[in-house]
Amino acid sequence: MAIFLTKDSRVIVQGMTGSEGMKHTRRMLAAGTTIVGGVNPRKAGQQVDIDGYQTPVFGSVADAMAATGADVTVVFVPPAFAKGAVVEAIDARIGLTIVITEGIPVHDTAYFWAHAVKLGNQTRIVGPNCPGVISPGQSNAGIIPGDITKPGRIGLVSKSGTLTYQMMYELRDIGFSTCVGIGGDPVIGTTHIDCLQAFQDDPDTDAIVMIGEIGGDAEERAADYIKANITKPVVGYVAGFTAPEGKTMGHAGAIISGSSGTAEAKREALEAVGVQVGKTPSETARLMRGVMQH
Amino acid sequence: MDLYEYQGRELFARHEVPVLGGGVATTPEEARALAEKLGDRVVVKAQVKTGGRGKAGGVKLADTPEEAERHARAILGMDIKGHVVHKVMLTVTADIAAEYYFSFLLDRANRTFLAIASVEGGMDIEQVAAKTPDKVAKVAIDASVGVDEAKAREIVERAGFPADVADQVVDVVVKLWIAFVSEDATLVEVNPLVRTPEGDVLALDAKVTLDGNADFRHPGHVDFLDIAAEDPLERAAKEKDLNYVKLDGEVGIIGNGAGLVMSTLDVVAYAGERHGDVKPANFLDIGGGASAEVMANGLEIILGDRSVKSVLVNVFGGITACDEVARGIVQALRLLSDKGEEVTKPLVVRLDGNNAELGRQILTQANHPLVEQVDTMDGAAERVAELAAAK
Repeated sequence: MAIFLTKDSRVIVQGMTGSEGMKHTRRMLAAGTTIVGGVNPRKAGQQVDIDGYQTPVFGSVADAMAATGADVTVVFVPPAFAKGAVVEAIDARIGLTIVITEGIPVHDTAYFWAHAVKLGNQTRIVGPNCPGVISPGQSNAGIIPGDITKPGRIGLVSKSGTLTYQMMYELRDIGFSTCVGIGGDPVIGTTHIDCLQAFQDDPDTDAIVMIGEIGGDAEERAADYIKANITKPVVGYVAGFTAPEGKTMGHAGAIISGSSGTAEAKREALEAVGVQVGKTPSETARLMRGVMQH
Repeated sequence: MDLYEYQGRELFARHEVPVLGGGVATTPEEARALAEKLGDRVVVKAQVKTGGRGKAGGVKLADTPEEAERHARAILGMDIKGHVVHKVMLTVTADIAAEYYFSFLLDRANRTFLAIASVEGGMDIEQVAAKTPDKVAKVAIDASVGVDEAKAREIVERAGFPADVADQVVDVVVKLWIAFVSEDATLVEVNPLVRTPEGDVLALDAKVTLDGNADFRHPGHVDFLDIAAEDPLERAAKEKDLNYVKLDGEVGIIGNGAGLVMSTLDVVAYAGERHGDVKPANFLDIGGGASAEVMANGLEIILGDRSVKSVLVNVFGGITACDEVARGIVQALRLLSDKGEEVTKPLVVRLDGNNAELGRQILTQANHPLVEQVDTMDGAAERVAELAAAK
């Protein structure tokens, strides 16, 4: 098992025929993902040759699902069209929508999130502005490099892409059940809490690494949740201890203003509920190593 | 992007939110001419993106155009909490019978928008909220539906606005929502929203934050940029589409991915505690899949920062290929020496992940005397701090 994404997942790509979409579809295939098609209304009915693998293009998510039994979609559609693409996926009631696109206006994200809620949350949304989800050795949906780490029993949830890769690399000898990049935007679909609960329920995950960064209070709320619901060991890391107040550090969500949302506040909240928090990525990896050796 | 008050006022006016007549001036003479045109008692307000203007003497009443000119002369150039005043806003004045608070903002935790309204406006709304939370109404907005008149009326009733202004406030709330949505704002705040003795409702202040991600559908928003007030290095970086933030320290930082770069700042600051308390000089994220050219542009900006004493390049290649990064470093150093600029700042480079071997090889072959490779992030941070402290 794993969470959200398994060897049985049947994946389609919205925006597959664009340059980013093509590049990463190729990588996902190489990582063993079952890609069953792409979506592009203007190229419906065509076949795209990806290194000899004939991939059908459908006119809509609903068509692709009907023809292939797809249950996961990965969205590479540019920001101006991303809202429409995600709403289409939600309307088709696909189980999992992973939104890689960076730079989506927050009004658009708030809109498709509200739309998903209204339809009863039948579609899990991961992202936007995220690297995706990988269950090593089973499936890889997004842009996380498939060869950094091996299958294992650690679960990882992170706001940041490259920190996800760094952590996967540091613990590559132990390996991961699933790594979820939830994205750094102010509004995201799947949260730290959703992933913590999924890892708690996953028989193939023994311990969880949670990576956060400054801004918002998602880590503080995750801490409360861990106290009440999570019995598996959790090791945490928060980036941005030395970030000055009031500056945006790249991720639209990573702004601190005033006292809340600081890395220090997040660390205190996590440590107060028994989560070990590393000062650096390498110390965090060491803490997790200690947990896994027990 | 946070707007200046005068920009927020213009934006409100564009969406028919009632504001006082006025304008903006950059010189005392302009202020005088504007005051003459307004033809009444005016208030002269410093335009800075920080609070506490009144206490600092940045807000003055003027009964005549001469007085407006005098106040503008005193306020322009003033330093308010590190912000130099380059512009003043002048508006006519209003008699105030009551002060209220109103805002629409993004509620990250609940992944929706929120209206906050209070009939106890004019002072620090956070204090009102802390002391008498029942006097601050918070109403969640369904982002897929928005705010129509019925929703606006619900907000106004929840906040307890008096019956004799309710209709006017409902009208203003609907217009503020239209401004909030159609301009892709993440905050519109009015404090105070006032009622005049005649029963009119006016927005006397305008605090607006716009979502930079939506700039592609708002070509006019570029006019709100205050290029003169930007740090010159930040401006140069922006022209090259680099995600750069200037900080106060001595160690230049380049990395890929916002999280990894933030983490690199932390690790360098910790190492700095052991080496003369040196700190990061900047945040620079070259992003995913960066080419040699992007890397070279980044390095050029960092080396152009006079406060930088040493540079750390920390890259974990996910999509980014480390050989591209290495080529970018070599290219930037060659470019600078071709320009006759002597590079004297040592570079510490840590490459891992995608094509790391190849990248390391390129740097080894280039054999530049100022470039040093270190295997781990912690080790690289230690070394770069040591080099900065030794300068």
